Amino acid sequence: MAVAAENQSQPPQNDLPYVLILKPPSAFSIFGDHFFHSPKFQFLKPFESPLPLPQFLLTHAQSVQAILTSASGSVTADTIRLLPRLGLVVTTSQGINHIDLSECRRRGIAVAGAGTIFSTDCADFAVGLLLDILRKVSAANRYVKQGLWSSQGNYPLGNKLGGKQVGIVGLGSIGTEVAKRLEAFRCSISYNSRSKKPSVPYTFYPNVVELAVNCDALIICCALTDETHHLIGKKVLSALGKDGVIINIARGPIIDEKELVQCLIKREILGAGLDVFEHEPDVPVELLALDNVVMAPHNAVCTTESLEELRKTVVGNFEAFFSNEPLLTPVPLDDQPHLSG
Amino acid sequence: MESIGVLMACPMNSYLEQQLENRFKLFRFWTVPDKSSFLASHKDSIQAVVGNAFAGADAKLIEALPKLEIVASFSVGLDKIDLAKCKEKGIRVTNTPDVLTEDVADLAIGLMLAVLRKLCESDRFVRSGKWKRGQYVLTTKIKGFLFPFVHFVSVPFLTSTIFQLFQFTGKRVGIIGLGRIGMAIATRAEAFSCPISYYSRTEKPEIKYKYYPSVVELAANCDILVVACALTTETHHIINREVINALGPKGVLINIGRGPHVDEPELVSALVEHRLGGAGLDVFEHEPEVPEELFGLDNVVLLPHVGSGTVETRQAMADLVIGNLEAHFLKKPLLTPVV
Repeated sequence: MAVAAENQSQPPQNDLPYVLILKPPSAFSIFGDHFFHSPKFQFLKPFESPLPLPQFLLTHAQSVQAILTSASGSVTADTIRLLPRLGLVVTTSQGINHIDLSECRRRGIAVAGAGTIFSTDCADFAVGLLLDILRKVSAANRYVKQGLWSSQGNYPLGNKLGGKQVGIVGLGSIGTEVAKRLEAFRCSISYNSRSKKPSVPYTFYPNVVELAVNCDALIICCALTDETHHLIGKKVLSALGKDGVIINIARGPIIDEKELVQCLIKREILGAGLDVFEHEPDVPVELLALDNVVMAPHNAVCTTESLEELRKTVVGNFEAFFSNEPLLTPVPLDDQPHLSG
Repeated sequence: MESIGVLMACPMNSYLEQQLENRFKLFRFWTVPDKSSFLASHKDSIQAVVGNAFAGADAKLIEALPKLEIVASFSVGLDKIDLAKCKEKGIRVTNTPDVLTEDVADLAIGLMLAVLRKLCESDRFVRSGKWKRGQYVLTTKIKGFLFPFVHFVSVPFLTSTIFQLFQFTGKRVGIIGLGRIGMAIATRAEAFSCPISYYSRTEKPEIKYKYYPSVVELAANCDILVVACALTTETHHIINREVINALGPKGVLINIGRGPHVDEPELVSALVEHRLGGAGLDVFEHEPEVPEELFGLDNVVLLPHVGSGTVETRQAMADLVIGNLEAHFLKKPLLTPVV
C-alpha cells in the first residue's frame, strides 16, 4: 500500500498519549487506518513522515510511551534505547520472537500480544493444510478448474487421515487445539515440548527426531526461540520419511527451509503444508511448481472474526495501560526462554 | 470360479480389476464397441455386475442379463442400481459401507476449511509470485548507524485481492442425512466447537443434535449446510432455489453426496450472483462435466469426486466387492448385502 496522500495523521491532540506504530499491521490494509482507533490515545505514524525512522524516533522520543507492532516488525534493543519513556509494547501477533524481551525486562517495559485469540484459527488452519496435502484438495481443485477432469480423467488417489500418528511440536495453546481436533479424525497424538505435561493423555517424546520416527505427520506449533531455530532439519525430515507430512503454522525459521525444499523435490517426504517461510514474503521458487506442497501467505489468523477480537484486545491493552489498569494479555517476561530479538 | 462371468460397468480401480480378472471371467463393458450385441451374445455367461457411483445396473441392463445373480457396487451409494428390479428378480445387491465413511467425512471437513479459509486461493496466490511482488509499505536503510535494516515489507495478499477469510470454529453446521457419513461429519465438526443441527426423514430422539423438520428451516439456521444423504427420488434436487436463498449470502454449501442432490443451474447462478456465500463440491450432476462459470470463483472449491479416493480406502472397498462376490458364489452369507 503506497503511502496514501489522504491518510493524514489526525492533528495532534495534546492531551492524548501517543502510541508509535512501528510496523503497520495487516488489519490496516484490510479495514483501514482507524481499525485500532480509540478516544483515549493517538497514533504516531513514522511511515507517513519523510524523516528516516531513527530521526523520527529521536524527534518524538519524549512523547512515545507505547509501541504497536506486528509479527514482522522487530522491536530491537536499539529501537527501545531511543525511547526513554517507553512503557509498553503491543504486538498484533501471538508470537513474540521479534521483540527483545530481555531489553524490555531490563527497562521494566511491559509486553502484550494477541494472547490465545488466534489459537483456534491456527489450529483450524493446520488441520486444513493437513487435509489439503493428504487429500490433494488444492491440487485437485486446480485440476478441475483447468477443465482436466473431463479431458484427462480421474485424479490420482490421496492418502487417508484416519488412524494416522500425528506428532505435535510444541503442545501450547495452539498445539492443544490441534490435538483436540485431530483426535476426532481418529488420529493418535504424540508430542514434543520443552517439558513433559503430566496431565495430557498424549505420548511424549523427549526429542523431535524420536517424535518424527514415530509419526506420519509433524505439526509445528511451537514458538521461535534460539533453541527452536532450524529445529526441523535433515535428521528430522529423514526420520519423518517418504510417507511423512510436515505442517508449519508457527514460524518459518523453525524449519531449515533449504533442506525442506530438497526433501520435497526429491520426494523424500510425502508433502508439506506451509503458512510461514524463513524470509517472507520470499518463497523458494522451487516450491512454486511442486504439487506436494500447499502454501499460504502467512494468513492463518486473518479471519474477520479473529481480527475483530484482535481489535478489542489491542485497543483494550493500550487503554488499560494509559489508565494504569492491568493489561488484558500481558506476556510474562520472567519465564521466557532466551530469545534473540 | 474362473468360469463365472463378471461384467465391470466402467473403469474404477486397477487393483479391483486385477483381482476380478484373477478369480473370474472378467468383461470390461467400457471396451465393448457395440454394447447391445455384446449383451446379446454374452447374456448367458454373465452372472455378476460390478458397478460404482458412475455406472451400475439399470432396468435395461438387468433385463438383458437373465443369468444375473448379484450386483456388487464399488460405492456405498446405490442410486445407479434399480433396486426394485433386483428385488423383483431375486438378484442380490451389495455395496461398500463403513470402509469409506471416515474418508468422506474427512473430505467434507476439508472442503469446509478450504472454502472458509480460501486455502486453494491462498496457494494460488503464493504460486503466482504476487506475494513476493506485492506493494511495499516501508523501506529504510541507515548507513553507518547501529539501526537494524528495516526490511522491504509487502502488504499481505489480502489487499491485492479483496479476500475475506472466515473462521471455521464455532460455525453452525447443518447436516442433511444423519447416517454413517452424516454422524461422522458431526463428530468431527464438534471438535471445532461447531453447533450441529440436522434434517432427516424422521427425527432421531436418541441424537442430541437439533432437528429441523425441513431442509429450508435447516438452511435458514446454519452457516454451513452439508448434503450427506442417499440419492433417491425424494432427495433429487433437495437443494433448490428456496434452500439456497435460506442459506444466503453468508452461507456455504458442501456436497459430498451426489450431484443430482443439487439443482446445479440454480446453484451456479446463486454463486455467480453472490446470493450464496460459497460452496465446496465433490460431486456434480453430469460428471465429469463441471459448470465452467464456477472455475473463476474464489469462494468455490471443486473436486473430481474423490470422497473415498484414498489408496487405503479404495483397496478396502475393492476387497469388500471381491469378498461379497466370493461369498455369494460359495453360497456363504454376503458381507454387506443391501438386497
